[in-house]
Amino acid sequence: MADFWKRFSRNRGAVIGAAILLIVVIVALLAPILFPQSPWRMVQRPFLPPLTMDQYPLGTDAVGRDVLTGLAHGAQVSLLVGLISTVAALLIGIPIGALAGYFGGWLDDALMRFTEFFQTVPNFALAIVLVAIFEPSIFSIVAAIAIVSWPPVARLVRGEVLSLRSREYVEAAILAGQKNGTIIVRQVLPNTLSPIIVLASLMVATAILLESSLSFLGLGDPNLMSWGYMIGAARTVIRQAWWLSFFPGVAILLTVLALNLIGEGLNDALNPRLARKGR
Amino acid sequence: MLKRLSTLAAALLISTALHAEPVSGGRANVVIQPEPPSLMVGLIQNGPTQMVAGNIYEGLLRYDKDLEPEPQLAKSWEISEDGLTYTFHLHENVKWHDGEPFTSADVVFSADEFLRETHPRLRTSLEHVESITAPDDHTVVFKLKQPFGPFIGIFEVGTMPMIPKHIYEGTEYENNPANNTPIGTGPFKFEEWERGSHILLTKNEEYYEEGLPYLDEIYWHVIPDAASRAVAYEAGVVDILPGGSVENFDVQRIADMENTCITDEGWEYFGPHSWMWLNNREGPTADKRFRQAVMYAMDRNFAKDALWNGLGKVATGPVSSSTRFYSDDVKQYEYDPEQAKALLEEMGYDGETVRLLPLPYGETWQRWAEAVKQNLEEVGINAEIVATDVAGWNQKLAEWDYDMAFTYLYQYGDPALGVARNYISTNIAKGSQWNNVEGYENPKVDELFEKAAVAVTQEERQELYNEIQQILVEDVPVAWLLELGFPTIYRCNVKDLVTTAIGVNDGFKNAYVEE
Repeated sequence: MADFWKRFSRNRGAVIGAAILLIVVIVALLAPILFPQSPWRMVQRPFLPPLTMDQYPLGTDAVGRDVLTGLAHGAQVSLLVGLISTVAALLIGIPIGALAGYFGGWLDDALMRFTEFFQTVPNFALAIVLVAIFEPSIFSIVAAIAIVSWPPVARLVRGEVLSLRSREYVEAAILAGQKNGTIIVRQVLPNTLSPIIVLASLMVATAILLESSLSFLGLGDPNLMSWGYMIGAARTVIRQAWWLSFFPGVAILLTVLALNLIGEGLNDALNPRLARKGR
Repeated sequence: MLKRLSTLAAALLISTALHAEPVSGGRANVVIQPEPPSLMVGLIQNGPTQMVAGNIYEGLLRYDKDLEPEPQLAKSWEISEDGLTYTFHLHENVKWHDGEPFTSADVVFSADEFLRETHPRLRTSLEHVESITAPDDHTVVFKLKQPFGPFIGIFEVGTMPMIPKHIYEGTEYENNPANNTPIGTGPFKFEEWERGSHILLTKNEEYYEEGLPYLDEIYWHVIPDAASRAVAYEAGVVDILPGGSVENFDVQRIADMENTCITDEGWEYFGPHSWMWLNNREGPTADKRFRQAVMYAMDRNFAKDALWNGLGKVATGPVSSSTRFYSDDVKQYEYDPEQAKALLEEMGYDGETVRLLPLPYGETWQRWAEAVKQNLEEVGINAEIVATDVAGWNQKLAEWDYDMAFTYLYQYGDPALGVARNYISTNIAKGSQWNNVEGYENPKVDELFEKAAVAVTQEERQELYNEIQQILVEDVPVAWLLELGFPTIYRCNVKDLVTTAIGVNDGFKNAYVEE
């Protein structure tokens, strides 16, 4: 573990990324305490510019809602959507990839054709269609993001499993009479974890972006204040009130950047040989 | 002394004459949004069609901003004492744009044959008519079965446009090729229409009113994107932005420009009235106290100022203040969260979540729904916004699958035409978003509306409508929001643009451009 941290911290970008993410997570966790009022509450006159009132340092939006409160509560929504939809995508992708890679043959063919079917449709277009069909709500959005982002997981896991299954320790397990299911779960999958973790960290970033894009287009959950919603609502007034789209935009940028940096750092830390080759 | 006064008066007259002398010539560049499906106003009556076609076609009457009738194709008219016979005397030298004379036969054809078939809203009013006859070429007589108060209000161009008999008689109206090249009697003639780009109308040189119109051309620009429409005005491409052509958030910025005037007049005939349907059938909204609580909970003045640029008025009840027989002698619902909480307490509201449907007409309505939701939550009502598109919204309302839903409807100048339809129990039927969608049933109200429509004198009608308004405002079948103010934005050197109750729809007749 200490070794892991040493390698991780050797990548300075990753440390900065981790620091930013930590701040975002803390803000998200403390939002209900720091900003107990609902982010939808109309507190001041509309279009109050930033730094005009100490109480509302980032100003207010088109109906007088505090931008800072919105940002803090938006962090919750964005992180939650990112995490849950990534977990859901992993739950779909890992089993499919593992089965296809381990058993091969017609099952592999069938599962991979199925995966390609999803891969050929552009991610975002499919997400829009899914959300539009199921009425925008937090559930349909998480489901849509999971559904469009599992195929890369499946392909990655399949590739890893394919190369692992001919290893000697797997053959030994087979000879020892272990069942296929046990072999996959106990022998094969643990060894595919590091690439999956790296991929997952990037997927959280993509999921946050997807949620923001959907909200920007007005397909967000209308009852949740997310960063994408804030930008989408501010789009029509961008010429009068730049701060409404600027601050949530910066928040998205920093969070996604942080996640990407962390992903890179994890890659260095978990695949030491690969990383050294790269440098 | 007297002499001096008269010279002063003369001087005043001259100076006003100098200022107000209209100039002939010029072109009006106007935005039309969205592009109309057709300009044949006898067949299609949506907003943009009326806005362009109102300058090509004409009705028998026009209405000033107080909804008082003014002469148009009819130069004078009489109503019999018993309220049953309406006699119109037509202008005598009127020609259609193709040169044929306009006569009383055209009026009879338009009202009795053409529009009866094609115009549902007028058809309902014409059910009160026993006969339409033309004793001579320039006189038309409408005989009614029983008195019908709003009758004098249905002769405006969007409601009863005059259609050329010589072109349409005996043809299949919908498929007549002339629909693409509309022929009317109005101050402007149809010149060309390039789909997706523009509609051009030119001056009718043989217009029957001396010296009118002043403008040479009206050029309607089709610009599909709201931000581009605002830019088109800022860049000087267009000079007139009719109500609803730019997002509300842009209005203030544009209105602050130099040489720019803004008015919310010219919608009096329509009286756009916004409210939330409250489902009277089930859920918490079935309880009168809950509905009253909703009225107290909403900060409607805030919505007016923040979302509608301060234009319009807070609605006091079912009738718009620009509609006839409006009364403000009703229960007032000021913004009062405490009162709302007390009412919820009294009814024992258990926190059941109500679904709130915003009107899917753009940002303003979305923000409005969010603001109302917040207002409701502050008094303890759990509301949840349901996201819909236009089709979904239509369907949910038509199927009564909602708790609260934003909407706005026109009133057409008279409660019998544009108010009664939303509150009488005979109008409860699935499949429409314009009838009694809330499901309010009150035999007393039904009876009063029925009486008021056919009462002969204005005083009688006023009294009945006062009573109706008092009952409805007490019962709160729907939660009234605002009398919407749709701003017409124009360069200040365009004069006399909005002079009637339908604004730019028939306003270009008198408009002129000052140098």
